[in-house]
Amino acid sequence: MAIIVPRPKLNWRERLYLPAIAAGMMITIKHLKNTIFGRTKVTMQYPEEKWDSSLPEHYRGTPALVRDTTGRVRCVACQLCEFICPPRAIKIIAGEIPSTDRFAKVEKYPEEFDIDMVRCIFCGMCEEVCPEQAIFLRKDYAITGFTREEMVHHKDKLLEIGGVMHGLVLKWNEKK
Amino acid sequence: MNFVFITTSLLKIIGMIFVVILPMVSYAVYAERRVSALIQDRLGPNRVGPAGLFQPIADAAKFLFKEDFTPGHVNKFYYWLAPCLAMVPAITTIAVVPFGSMLLGVPMVIADINVGILYVFAIASLGVYGIVLAGWASNSKYPFLGGVRSSSQMISYELSLALAVIPVFLLVGNLRLTNVVRYQIENGWMIAPFIGDWANLGKWLLAIPMIISFSVFTIAVFAETNRLPFDLPEAEQELTGGYHTEYSSMKFALFFLGEYAAMITGSAIIVTLFLGGWHLPLPFWHRGFHWVVVDGTAPGWRGVVGGLFNIATFFAKVAALLFVFMWVRWTLPRFRYDQLMRLGWLFFFEIALVNIFIVAGILAFIR
Repeated sequence: MAIIVPRPKLNWRERLYLPAIAAGMMITIKHLKNTIFGRTKVTMQYPEEKWDSSLPEHYRGTPALVRDTTGRVRCVACQLCEFICPPRAIKIIAGEIPSTDRFAKVEKYPEEFDIDMVRCIFCGMCEEVCPEQAIFLRKDYAITGFTREEMVHHKDKLLEIGGVMHGLVLKWNEKK
Repeated sequence: MNFVFITTSLLKIIGMIFVVILPMVSYAVYAERRVSALIQDRLGPNRVGPAGLFQPIADAAKFLFKEDFTPGHVNKFYYWLAPCLAMVPAITTIAVVPFGSMLLGVPMVIADINVGILYVFAIASLGVYGIVLAGWASNSKYPFLGGVRSSSQMISYELSLALAVIPVFLLVGNLRLTNVVRYQIENGWMIAPFIGDWANLGKWLLAIPMIISFSVFTIAVFAETNRLPFDLPEAEQELTGGYHTEYSSMKFALFFLGEYAAMITGSAIIVTLFLGGWHLPLPFWHRGFHWVVVDGTAPGWRGVVGGLFNIATFFAKVAALLFVFMWVRWTLPRFRYDQLMRLGWLFFFEIALVNIFIVAGILAFIR
């Protein structure tokens, strides 16, 4: 069904069109003035200004491996994160901890731990699934590189990003 | 035709084109981007150099190194000719505009010819040929529509453009642009005659049709230079760029620069005709209030400073008008095609025509 939209009846002032032009010009000059005097919020000047300080607590940046306060790499190479990872960005090669080691009880450690940051989707599944509190999403978000190889984070890089995490459950310590 | 005349003329031409017009064009593009950004609550280009001031240089380098692609379906000769035709008239027109008074005894106008404004109209109208040829030679539908629109728009607005300046010359009695400036120095600017006899009512009465003339002329210049709200020939949204759709790299840049050069020339002519040209009266108190005229005729360094001051005044006025051009562009939406035609033929043409008779009537009464 066709609907006839009634045309609004314009008075002479509206038909003259000039007051509307003047009003529009005033609006734009006001915006120009406010932007010049810094009263308008504008785009963040990215490399100089960063939003690191105002990132929320729950921000999901790049995943990283952490050490605990005893200095042990928390990961026990259970490979749960490798299995859960939706884009299959994680690759783990497990190694055995020698029996002479202080943490021989843990039995396994990751010999290699690669996260392909080209594939990673920052979903946080790895952090969620980890039974050892070993992998966490940190707040780094500017992950760049010139080649695909550069974009793969190896174990040392992951540990460097992760750093030492305090207040974790130390379930592998010897009972006194 | 002596040696000094030829040398100074050459110096003026080279200086005008390479020192004034081309840098002004590239910085007008930069200013356009910054002003549009500020109006839209953004920052605009601010990366290259301090506050982005080297952006035009980077842009020029980009245009020079881009691949110059000529599509296979175009009419080669006209396709190559069109960008030149878009650029040349805009620059040529500036020749008759007096951009300063005197500098070291040399008048600051390239060609002070007695047909002044007729020359301007004759050359400036050629600018449309570049656009029409580009539209025709591109051999594709959007450029073609752009070219057709451009020519019909030009016909509609050139009339009111020419009719709007007739009142000025009724007053001045001469087509030479330097005489127009001279008249304004003696009697005050066309739209604000504050110099000379204050109590003369007839003079203030004449300012009213002059303001109408000024408005019509300015709007016609907007249309002439294809600026929003009259940029139908290159409407990005409807015609994907209009007449320059098929152009790339330096040839596109020439169209772009031609548009801005036309803008500068148009502003220069508006300034000369209505806003006092290079003239800026300074208030002075010496046995009663009067205006001081600064120009380059004084001997020694005072003349040089005066001459430079006049040139600076002129280009400051042009820059202010360019800002208005940009301000309007980022405020008003484009007219629909029939609205544009209606406006041109039914309003501005009539207003300009009636205006001539009003001025003539007033002049017949007071002179």
